[in-house]
Amino acid sequence: MRFAFTEEQLAFRDATRAMLARICPATAVRTAWDPASSGRDPARWKVLADAGIVGLLVDEAQGGLGRRVIDLVLLIEEAGRAALPEPLVETALVAAPLLAATGSPTANEWLARIVSGDATITTSLDGEPLVADAHVADRIIVQARDTMLLVDPRECSVVHQPTVDGARRIFTLGSDPRGLALTPGDPARGLAARAFDHGALGVAAMQLGLAARMIDLAVAHVSTREQFGQPVGSFQAVKHHLADALLALELARPLVYRAACSLSHDRVHAALHVSMARARADQAAGIAARKSLQCHGAIGYSFEYDLHLFMKRSWALSSAFGTTSFHRDRVGVVCLDGDSPPPDPFGEP
Amino acid sequence: MDLTFTEEERAFRREARLWLEANVPPGPHPSGDTADGFDFCRRWERELFDARWAVVSWPERYGGRGASLVEWLIFEEEYYRAGAPQRVSQNGIFLLAPTLFELGTEEQKERILPAMAAARALWAQGWSEPGAGSDLAALRSRAVRDEARGGWLLTGQKTWCTRAAFCDHLFGLFRTGTGKEHARHKGLTYFFVDLRAPGVTVRPVGRLDGDAGFADVVLEDVFVPDGDVLGRVHEGWSVAMSTTSSERGLSLRSPGRFLATAERLVALYRRERERGAGVACRERVVDALLDAEAYRLHTFQTVSKMAEAGAKMGAESSLNKIFWSEMDLAMHETALALLGPSAPLVEGPDGAWMKGFEFALAGPIYAGTNEIQRNIVAERLLGLPRK
Repeated sequence: MRFAFTEEQLAFRDATRAMLARICPATAVRTAWDPASSGRDPARWKVLADAGIVGLLVDEAQGGLGRRVIDLVLLIEEAGRAALPEPLVETALVAAPLLAATGSPTANEWLARIVSGDATITTSLDGEPLVADAHVADRIIVQARDTMLLVDPRECSVVHQPTVDGARRIFTLGSDPRGLALTPGDPARGLAARAFDHGALGVAAMQLGLAARMIDLAVAHVSTREQFGQPVGSFQAVKHHLADALLALELARPLVYRAACSLSHDRVHAALHVSMARARADQAAGIAARKSLQCHGAIGYSFEYDLHLFMKRSWALSSAFGTTSFHRDRVGVVCLDGDSPPPDPFGEP
Repeated sequence: MDLTFTEEERAFRREARLWLEANVPPGPHPSGDTADGFDFCRRWERELFDARWAVVSWPERYGGRGASLVEWLIFEEEYYRAGAPQRVSQNGIFLLAPTLFELGTEEQKERILPAMAAARALWAQGWSEPGAGSDLAALRSRAVRDEARGGWLLTGQKTWCTRAAFCDHLFGLFRTGTGKEHARHKGLTYFFVDLRAPGVTVRPVGRLDGDAGFADVVLEDVFVPDGDVLGRVHEGWSVAMSTTSSERGLSLRSPGRFLATAERLVALYRRERERGAGVACRERVVDALLDAEAYRLHTFQTVSKMAEAGAKMGAESSLNKIFWSEMDLAMHETALALLGPSAPLVEGPDGAWMKGFEFALAGPIYAGTNEIQRNIVAERLLGLPRK
C-alpha cells in the first residue's frame, strides 16, 4: 500500500503548471471565448504535444511515452487549473487509447499525428448527441451500438450549440454520419465503455484543478479586499466558506487518484471508482464555484473579472462523459440496487 | 502508487480477522460510558492486550507489535468490521501516548505506557474548564511550585472529562506562569494527575444520551511530583498541540469505524427496500458510501505521506476532524430517516442508531468545535489573515 505519486510524476506536474501559466493565462482563456475565432491555439497545442503530454498514453512504438492514466491525471488537473480550451481530455485520454485499442490499420497513422500535435480527435460515444470541438477536430470517433466509425467532421453536418462557457465548443452531429469502420460488433461497445470511463476520469481531474483555481482566486481576493477597516478574509463567515471549499476538494482528490490507478491497472471496479470520483469532483468544483463567488462579492459577478471563466468551465464539464447525476446513480446501481453484494468495503481499495 | 496490500499486510489482516472472529463477545455491548459498561470494556481491553492487539503500532517492549501505520489502519478496519466493544482506553492510547512517545522521558514511558496498554491504568483528558472551551488558552486552573516536596500543587476545575468518573488518571494543562510574559498560552504546563490523589473530587455529569461517564474534576492543592510533568515547564501548550492534532486527526477516528457504519447503513437500506420503503433515502445512502470511501482513501494518502516524508499531521488534521464528525452525523441521520416510525427506539435491533446519533451529535463539538477547525483550515492551510 503506497498511495502517493512518484517524484517524477510530481515534477512533471510542476513543470506543466509552470508551462500552462505561461501559455494559457486567463487572458488566453478569455480570447478563446471570441465567437468569431475557433477559440483554439495550434501553437499552444504544439507546445503541449512537444512536452509529451498529448501522446503520453500512446505506445513508444508510435512515438508516444507509453505511460498510463496515473501518469496523466495530475497533468489533466493542471489543464483544469488553467481552464485549457483545447481538447486534451478528449484527444489524449479518450481518443488515443481508444484508437490504439481498436487495432485498426489506420490507428497507427492517426496515433502518430496525435503524438506530434498535428491532429486532434474527439468522440461521440454510445449515441451521445453532443460532440466537443467538432469544428477543429481532424476526426471524430462515433460509436453507437455495434458500430464505431472514424468520421471526418467536414463530411458530415456539424452544428454549433452555444454553451454557458464560450470557450467550450459543443456541436451536434448530423444523423447517420459516414466514415471508416474501426471495429465492429461487440468489441465496439466494450471499447467505448472504457473510453467513456477515461473521459469521465479526465473531467474529474479537470474539476479538481478548476476547484483549486477558484479557491486560489478567492483567497487572493479576500486577503487584500478591505471592509470595516480589515481584510474581509479575517471574518469567520468568509473563512468558513473557503474552509468548506477546501474540505470538499481535498476529500475528492483521493477518489480521483484512486480511479486513475484503477483504470491504469484494469481493476474490476474501475468504472465504479470513476463514478465515485466524478460524483465528488463535480461536487467539489460546484462548491468551490459557489463559495468563491460569494466570497468575491459583486466583483465576482462581473464579466471583466476572471472567476466566471473557471466557474463556467466547471458547469459545462459537469455533463461531459456522463452527468454528475448519472455517476452518482451508477454508484447506487453497483452498491445498493443489485441483489449481489457490493464491493467489499474492507477489501483492496 | 500501489493500492494493493502487500503479502505482509494481507497476512496481518487475516490474523486480526481470525482472532477477532473468535474472541469478540456477542453484542450488544454495554456503553463504556456507564459504570457497568466501563468494567466490561476494561476486561475486554485486557484480553486485547494479552493477545497483543491492544496497541499494534507501538514497539513490542511496551506491548505492541511494531506495526506500520497501514497495518494499524487495517487492524482498526477489522476491529470495527467485527463489531468489537468500544475502546475505553482510547484517550490514553490514541491521544496521550503519541505525545509521550515524542516528548516523554524514558522513565515516564516505562512507567506509563505498559500499564496504559494493559488497561491497568485508564486515562481521561483534562482540557476544558468552565471558562475555557474553544478558547483553551483562557484556562485558569493553576499549579504552584512546592519546592520542598519536589513538585507542584494543582488547583482548579476541569470539565467535560470523558469517562473521568471511572478512569484512574488525567492528563491536562495547568497555568504555571503568572507574570506578564506568561499570558495566555505561554505559561502553561502539561501534567499527569492521579485521580485518586488527595484533593481530587470527581463529580459525574450526565450526558445528553443519559450516560454518566462525563465528569467535572475539581482539584484543591493536589500534589503532583516533578516526574509527572510532560515536556518542559511553561511549554505545555506546544506539548498539548501535539496531542490535539492526534485527536483531530486520524488516530482518534480511523476510517474503519465509518466503513462499518456505512456497511450497516447499506444493510438497513436494503432491508427497508425489501419492505417497499426507503427509496427516498437512496441519494443519502450513496453519499454515505462516498464519504466513507473518500475518508478511507484520504487516510491511506496521509499515512503514505507520513511514512515517506516523516511528516506530522499538522493543520490537515482539522480537515479530517470536520469531515469525520459531519459524516458520522449524516450517516446516523440517514439511518433514522430510513427507520421511519421506529427511529426513536433505543432498544432492540435498531436501537443502536438513535444511541449512535446522540453520540454523533457530540462529534462537531469535542476535540475543538468544527467552527474552530474551520478557522484553523482557513488560516493555516489557506493562509487567510487572523485578524
